[in-house]
Amino acid sequence: MAVREGKEQDPRIPRIASSIRVVPDFPKKGIMFQDITTLLLDPKAFKDTVDLFVERYTGRDISVVAGVEARGFIFGPPIALAIGAKFVPLRKPKKLPGEVISENYVLEYGTDCLEMHVGAVQPGERALVVDDLVATGGTLCAAISLLERAGAEVVECACVIELPELKGRERLNGKYIYILMESH
Amino acid sequence: MLSLSFPREAHLIRSPSPLLPQPLSTSRPSPSLLCLHKPPFRLPSIRSMASEEGADQDHRLERIASTIRVIPDFPKPGILFQDITTMLLKPEAFRDTIDMLVERYRDKGISVVAGVEARGFIFGPPIALAIGAKFVPLRKPNKLPGEVISEEYSLEYGTDKMEMHVGAVQAGDRAVVVDDLIATGGTLAAAMRLLERVGAEVVECACVIELPELKGREKLDGRPLFVLVKAV
Repeated sequence: MAVREGKEQDPRIPRIASSIRVVPDFPKKGIMFQDITTLLLDPKAFKDTVDLFVERYTGRDISVVAGVEARGFIFGPPIALAIGAKFVPLRKPKKLPGEVISENYVLEYGTDCLEMHVGAVQPGERALVVDDLVATGGTLCAAISLLERAGAEVVECACVIELPELKGRERLNGKYIYILMESH
Repeated sequence: MLSLSFPREAHLIRSPSPLLPQPLSTSRPSPSLLCLHKPPFRLPSIRSMASEEGADQDHRLERIASTIRVIPDFPKPGILFQDITTMLLKPEAFRDTIDMLVERYRDKGISVVAGVEARGFIFGPPIALAIGAKFVPLRKPNKLPGEVISEEYSLEYGTDKMEMHVGAVQAGDRAVVVDDLIATGGTLAAAMRLLERVGAEVVECACVIELPELKGREKLDGRPLFVLVKAV
């Protein structure tokens, strides 16, 4: 796991990085899966991860933390609680009850869809999108779109890990991503 | 033996509303999202026991209960769905929910908080972080990478499976299982079995909401269940 180079590194990052497990050939052959569940088994590493995000976003008038199902549900709520923001789950189709808005996005093969509750986010709110990892950026793109359609301003996307070779950043049209570490 | 006792629990008494729910639109202010039906609720009449601490519990439980939205006919006709997402939109209520569970489990030697996918992932991690426990996600099939153990459980029609990572939990770990809601108890019972198969002690199951008419408690084989709100 490569940590960011050429950038001042917070001393908490190496422990977080080393707690993440790589599982080869999951979900299919050739993919090296970045498994954050092992990070969650190290309470200090998990707390440090959340603290790094909270330190960045405290006092920036962020009222919404949107988490992408399902691993965004693990990191998003602790951040939301700490900065006093709402937590808004962004879910796969048909999971959210009541009225929703939907955004389709492209996968390697086929498409998928992300949904958000109508009324969860108000125009003018400042929002963060949280997920465990950014790869191609397709999911984050859909998340940003949902929030912007509801009139929110997406301040930043926050992920633990980036796979820079998959160029997710470029897909986000200038929206900023903040990440703790890269994996090559 | 743990003695975890709260003075009372909030009873959320819901009657089906005679009014059709108002359609929601983005132009409505957000309070309309909070309660599709505004249910009456009351706390058990042991108020004579009220201490300052008791009154504080009541206030928090009232706030939590009042932010949960009921959606009729979801996921299918006849079901009144208890939607906790509206509680997550109220930072004070979400904070209160977590605080009440953290107060119950801190300093009790709990080393594992296991959360059931997906809404257990919302409540479990903040509790784990606050009490210094590991968080272990319990997931639908084929989501967890690497070696897993599986437990099958019954649905109304057919069965489903729940998985946990091999090695996440050790023999002797003291665990709490967290989910947003207990209905029939099938999911929580499967979660408990997974943990016990690897030698952990399931100290308690914790949910925000219980649907007592579905008798989920009985499926838990005597293991304690703690809930904040009962929807009747």
